[in-house]
Amino acid sequence: MTTFEAILLTIVTASTPLLIAALGELVTERSGVLNLGVEGMMVMGAACSFAAAVTFDSTLLGVAAGMLAGALMAALFALLVLGFAANQTGSGLALTILGLGLSGLIGAPFVGARRDPVAPVDIPVLSDIPVIGRLLFEQDLFVYASIVLTILVGLYLMRTRSGLTLRSIGENHTSANALGLPVWRVRFWAILFGGACAGLAGAYLALVYTRFWSPGMTAGRGWIALALVVFAAWRPGWVLIGAYIFGAATVLQLHAQAAQFGVPSQVLSAVPYLATILALLLLSIRHGRAIGAPGSLGTPFVPDR
Amino acid sequence: MFSGKVFGALAGAAVLALSAGSAVAQPKDKIKVGFIYVGPVGDHGWSYQHDVGRQAIEKAFPGKVTTTFVESVPEADSERAIEQLARTGHDLIFTTSFGFMEPTLKVAKKYPNIKFEHATGFKRNPNLSTYAAKFHEGRYIIGQIAGKMTKSNTIGYVGAFPIPEVIAGINAFYLGAQSVNPSVKIKIVFANTWYDPAKEGDAAKALLDQGVDMLAQHTDSPAPIQAAEARGKFGFGQASDMERFAPKAQLTAIVDNWSDYYVARAKAILDGTWKSEDVWGGLASNMVVMSPYKNMPDDVKKLAQETEAAIRSGQLNPFKCPIMGQDGKEIECKGQGALSDEQVLGMNFYVKGIEDKIPQ
Repeated sequence: MTTFEAILLTIVTASTPLLIAALGELVTERSGVLNLGVEGMMVMGAACSFAAAVTFDSTLLGVAAGMLAGALMAALFALLVLGFAANQTGSGLALTILGLGLSGLIGAPFVGARRDPVAPVDIPVLSDIPVIGRLLFEQDLFVYASIVLTILVGLYLMRTRSGLTLRSIGENHTSANALGLPVWRVRFWAILFGGACAGLAGAYLALVYTRFWSPGMTAGRGWIALALVVFAAWRPGWVLIGAYIFGAATVLQLHAQAAQFGVPSQVLSAVPYLATILALLLLSIRHGRAIGAPGSLGTPFVPDR
Repeated sequence: MFSGKVFGALAGAAVLALSAGSAVAQPKDKIKVGFIYVGPVGDHGWSYQHDVGRQAIEKAFPGKVTTTFVESVPEADSERAIEQLARTGHDLIFTTSFGFMEPTLKVAKKYPNIKFEHATGFKRNPNLSTYAAKFHEGRYIIGQIAGKMTKSNTIGYVGAFPIPEVIAGINAFYLGAQSVNPSVKIKIVFANTWYDPAKEGDAAKALLDQGVDMLAQHTDSPAPIQAAEARGKFGFGQASDMERFAPKAQLTAIVDNWSDYYVARAKAILDGTWKSEDVWGGLASNMVVMSPYKNMPDDVKKLAQETEAAIRSGQLNPFKCPIMGQDGKEIECKGQGALSDEQVLGMNFYVKGIEDKIPQ
């Protein structure tokens, strides 16, 4: 493996959890709900996936447990913001704090345990293509899943009737309600989807990326996923681009340090954030029209009865 | 995150706080000791080892000492957490990260009857001690091991931040390597975080991708050494024994052993003999312990053991003069035959042979 290939492989690993979590949040936000609890759901996904994977010695069960944990956290959030029309910002922040604490409790018996690496899926022949072969055809299943997920979310939102319903509820829940669209039901599933994705991203961190559990190991990736959704102007394709630019800048700045280019590491550490903002900003300027947040984003839905 | 004991003991603590009103230290029957950690106790590294020390206190004085800890305290927000412990009747408070220095000093001045201990800092007060360990002694040893064992002649170092403590560690590591292998090269990456397993792992991978085959780390999680294990390269555990994460890759680990010190300081409070001090322990005082030397040839192991013994006995100082700066000029020697403690604690230069620049 050449250095170049190795760098590309690391970039893919660094970008994948951000992409998965951001896609989930994108769907939630497109339905008009702002869930700031991504970090909490992600870290719960990491703890529960690792706990299940070690207990049952199964990566698959680990992944399932991670997604379930994320979805359960999201269900709690849904209860607050849909059931009680609670403030979404406050509920989301509370969810993050709860997740960080609860995951520490759940993960405590598993501190110090380790798992063997998840073997990448090697597609024969194709993976032998120089340079791009290993990059494209010898990744773990999560990576393929994240790409497929991006396409599916894009198709769902833009090409299906159900996706249209979800978007219109996000744009104006009062009108949607007047038209007889099931605001609560759609939002509930959108929130749950967001939670499952955050849980999956957490599972990726704990089972593939670091392969051990330690409290707070998400280290702010949930917040980055949230920011990506905004900078990507709520578009799945742009989220993909944003996640990969962020991942690439993160990894490349580390390589730049090792290669002794002499740029201060503090400056390099800021590069991922600056590069992502700049890239997505340019993308939206080039697109010519302002793309705002979904109209009902963050406002509780309380219909007249 | 408070352990539940904080609130449970609130009422009793208030009484204690009142009785501790006099400025003259007096023996006490029951005390409360609080700890502030920068990371989670489950980080397998820095904070974990401090918590081992905390548990040692509880074991040493059953029924006499209760302990509390607050984990994952951001350095910028630590004043609130420290003050919270001060207000809930703790007699002795350990703040265990360099970044807690100013907040600790501030709270210490506000609560003159409570004793404080700040790890790795340099600001003291009549009720504020500082303590640190000479980890660079261990780093010199692992430097020698790396210098002997490297095949690519390039060794790597994942640092947290370019602060004196980390710089001194890098220099000690490189001086050790150079002492057995004058032509060895070092590559350094700062993760700009103490604790972010995924990023620490990425930093390690970047170094390994660029030809490093011996990896030292000065961040808190086992992710870097785990990356070395996955690539079939070698590394050194940091703060605690990380063998279970890298059974084939860990050559040894520099283990922080705070237990003896913490027990002694708690005892000083119980006896009423606590004084503000500046303690800097190393291999000789068992504050720094090397985990068993493994996965290396016998001659390297022997060398490491000899070096360890020499440092322990005081024969060898990793920063013995003359030491050349990057520009090849000799660094002024302010200690006796070696750099002075102040020079080591405030180290802001790389030694000759390191081709990187310190990020300013």
